[in-house]
Amino acid sequence: MLVAILSLGAIGAVFGIILGFAGKKFAVAVDPRVEALLQIMPGANCGACGLPGCAAFAEAIVAGSVKPSDCAPGGATLYEQIAAIMGTEVSAYEERKVAQLLCQGGYGRTRMLYRYEGIKDCRAALANFKGPKACDFGCVMQGSCFKVCPFGAIEMGADGLPVIDYYRCTACNKCVVECPQQILKLIGVSHLVTVRCLNTEKGKDAKANCSVACIKCKICEKNCPEDAVHVVAAGEGSVAVIDVEKCTNCGICAAKCPTKSIDMISPLSEEVVLEIGTTPDAGCQACGVCKTE
Amino acid sequence: MQEYVIIIISAVLVNNIVLSQFLGICPFLGVSKKLSASLGMSGAVSFVLIIASFITWVLQTYLLTPLNITYLQTIAFILVIASLVQFVEIVIKKFSPPMYKALGIFLPLITTNCAVLGVAIINIQNEYSLGKVMVHSLSHAAGFTIALLLMSGIRERLEDADIPESMRGTPIALIVAALMSISFLGFSGLT
Repeated sequence: MLVAILSLGAIGAVFGIILGFAGKKFAVAVDPRVEALLQIMPGANCGACGLPGCAAFAEAIVAGSVKPSDCAPGGATLYEQIAAIMGTEVSAYEERKVAQLLCQGGYGRTRMLYRYEGIKDCRAALANFKGPKACDFGCVMQGSCFKVCPFGAIEMGADGLPVIDYYRCTACNKCVVECPQQILKLIGVSHLVTVRCLNTEKGKDAKANCSVACIKCKICEKNCPEDAVHVVAAGEGSVAVIDVEKCTNCGICAAKCPTKSIDMISPLSEEVVLEIGTTPDAGCQACGVCKTE
Repeated sequence: MQEYVIIIISAVLVNNIVLSQFLGICPFLGVSKKLSASLGMSGAVSFVLIIASFITWVLQTYLLTPLNITYLQTIAFILVIASLVQFVEIVIKKFSPPMYKALGIFLPLITTNCAVLGVAIINIQNEYSLGKVMVHSLSHAAGFTIALLLMSGIRERLEDADIPESMRGTPIALIVAALMSISFLGFSGLT
């Protein structure tokens, strides 16, 4: 009995000592900043930054592959704390962005050339005469963005166009990259007025194919008090483009646009901010995480 | 010399630790999705297996048998294996963080990998000399590596195969394992 205890104890002690030395010798230094960052992170592990959880985000911050502002729920307070730990300046307030669709030509609005019944994939549809729509610039409506969205923020609407839930959208950029028509774009939530057409054909041709196309009439350009919207050359023709720096969200162009290709929406309505009883200044970016979870 | 050849062929092919004796199935199914990860896993298991065989043989011959406490064999061997696995984990964490992440939970699980304990106990049961112990454990390590690499090679190909939805992943892997095991039965006539 005694022999058994002593011998096993001795074996254990020897291995313990060896392991102790090995642990010291091969110790992996963890950056203390990662630990410190982890302490101040919101800890919701919401994935809004596109990384699996706050721990991964803290590592990525130290590695420099993400910006503090990629953490939407964190808000301005968190950015300051991160800057203090990392010893950097607080970067300029970066507003939250959401993916928006720059096409309104759903079924009934855009003339269809044929009925597409092939693989549900935008690239596959485009391979047949540049898609089933008469307009070659718009959404192909086969839902490639819907499939690639990791947050379930995109659904296919009744009119064939993807409908984006801006509260769920985390601006991860996956749909923007996936879309073969480049019809999805990340737009800051404070920009309310957007030209939702990328058709560069002549006004007459565009109008013939789609009732909500930009027809290059320049009415928006003439009525804009801030000189913010212009019909600029693009591709082989031209299309109206709003200069977000100059735009004051007055909405005159949207009201005057004869085809309603310019629209004015507030992607994240103020209701979220009001509901929680906080303001953007207090760090709430109306990300909607608290609302969806 | 002939004895050694028989030990090698028997351990690698005829009595393959995974496919014929069904020891060490856990990493065989768990870490065989990617060739690179399975290479790392078989490396780690081989290392632990060979060193553990050596240490357990020394322990058995010079401590347990003289002191008449061979009934402590299992617990003493597990102690050796657990310490070795800890050591391997520390070293891999230091020198190859990607490998450490790829192996994940299966690295500490080598502790309870019956292939390691199995080989150590077979060594003692067959009353091998130290030379034979080393050859025997080396061949079993090679056998484990072969089984794991074959499996991961097949599974990487299965990724591109047109498999019915319900059979994807683990179900098809289990069928592959069964077929591999049957084919390894063909070696049983070798010795």
